[in-house]
Amino acid sequence: MTTETRASTLTRTPGPSRPRTRPPVGPLGRTASGAERAIAPVVLGGAVIGIWQLLAGSGLVEAYLLPSPAAIIAEIIEFWPSMLSAAGITGLNAFVGLVAGSLLGVVAALVASTSRLLDGMLAPIVAALAVIPIVALAPVLNTMFGADSRTGRQLIASLAAFVPVFITTARGLRQTQPVHRELMTSFAATPWQVMRTITLPTAVPYTFTGIRLASSLAVISALVAEYFGGPRGGLGGLISTSAASSAYPRAWAYVVAAIALGLAFYLVTLALERWASRRR
Amino acid sequence: MSAAVVVRGVDKIFDTKSGHVTALSAVDLDVAPGEFVSLIGPSGCGKSTLMRLIADLETPTAGTVEVFGTSAHQARVDQRYGIAFQQAGLLPWRTVSANIALPLELSGMARAEVRQRVDELIALVGLGDFGDRFPDQLSGGMQQRVAIARALAKKPQLLLMDEPFGALDEMTREYMQTELLRIAAETGAAVVFVTHSIPEAVYLSDRVVVMSPRPGRIAEVVPMSLGSTGSRADDLREDASFFEMITAVREALHGGTHATAPRGVENR
Repeated sequence: MTTETRASTLTRTPGPSRPRTRPPVGPLGRTASGAERAIAPVVLGGAVIGIWQLLAGSGLVEAYLLPSPAAIIAEIIEFWPSMLSAAGITGLNAFVGLVAGSLLGVVAALVASTSRLLDGMLAPIVAALAVIPIVALAPVLNTMFGADSRTGRQLIASLAAFVPVFITTARGLRQTQPVHRELMTSFAATPWQVMRTITLPTAVPYTFTGIRLASSLAVISALVAEYFGGPRGGLGGLISTSAASSAYPRAWAYVVAAIALGLAFYLVTLALERWASRRR
Repeated sequence: MSAAVVVRGVDKIFDTKSGHVTALSAVDLDVAPGEFVSLIGPSGCGKSTLMRLIADLETPTAGTVEVFGTSAHQARVDQRYGIAFQQAGLLPWRTVSANIALPLELSGMARAEVRQRVDELIALVGLGDFGDRFPDQLSGGMQQRVAIARALAKKPQLLLMDEPFGALDEMTREYMQTELLRIAAETGAAVVFVTHSIPEAVYLSDRVVVMSPRPGRIAEVVPMSLGSTGSRADDLREDASFFEMITAVREALHGGTHATAPRGVENR
């Protein structure tokens, strides 16, 4: 008997695709179809907005506390160009911060992974960085870089992004399997070859999880940093200006834009994470 | 040609929190070129430790280990042996071909040459159409075949295997044993094979090294008078001589008496 025929009878022949996961089962034991799963949150969201609209229209809640969804949508339409440019400004600050912070996080984690001493030196500094209040940092940086500079905000966003990327990458760099390390020893691989061949590829999915966590933090930080002076035009600045001039529906409209911006960052980084982890 | 493996007067003592543990005591072992030697014994007899000393993954506390006339360390640096563990240890982000190519790439072989050698190895272990698959798309037996192909990539004349079929089901395991004998005969490599299955050791080996624990040492070396390993096939498993050899190894494991089976040794 040849090897080929035996191989096909004695070992299962895997299909081209990976094993499919079954669709989730609902509380009643039914399996939810893809359409049902997509429609359910839309229906819930629609219901909440409907109730909100009724509540705001009933006069039970003052309009300055909770403007109606219709009023907010009207503002979004009216100020659409301003929404886009504001989201662009804040988004760019958040993006620059996310990229710079992630790069720094990866480099610092690599440095920390080279020795226990460096790890011990860096870990408490990162823990301290993680809890610096933006309210303290933003005015200082604005003064340092001048009132018309965006550098301060980008630095704040990069600081916020740095922390989770550093932590997850540092953890990922310690996840190499003993059997992989022993194989590399048996291949007489150099430290650089070990790093390139097993340590870095093992850490990559961890890093991308960190980047996903960092993406939301970068957007929030870039936005909040705008409350403390510096050039106008970003979403955070416009939210505070609108609220200060009692244009509450417009303030809420910018909040909606901020949520959309944050979600966009999250979804893109989630897709990156899925891509990086596809073989695990 | 010098012996594949020469172990002389080797002790291995591990320092643990609860004191010194003597894993191996006064071990001598010779493996001839092309010879198939199995190390068998109950848990804690040091059979894996002995293989790891030959692989230079551990260093002996006393004594010497030589591989093809050089130190174990030099043999590892020169890639004189290939190794396979119970876990296949494939890199999940690399295809079957790229996993097999790994040791070749690390030694800086030219790309075209690597491709040619990988094709040969894939054919050798019977994985013809699976080169582009990823490890998580393969069964356990196929993953081990990839691991064996990778171990053979640099044409070593010594193959070290630490319970490579331990996690496989019995059907696949017997098939892999016959495949391993064919591959060993085709490559002419000597094999040091760690196992805790008596039939596996008997079926595969020219000699079975029976070890005993506390401290780990060689209790007996049982030669298998079953014909050359390259000519063995599945019908041997039902032959009277096979059962005689199983009995011989069992008795060696039990110290020559018919005691109950020691812990950690399979009699199936």
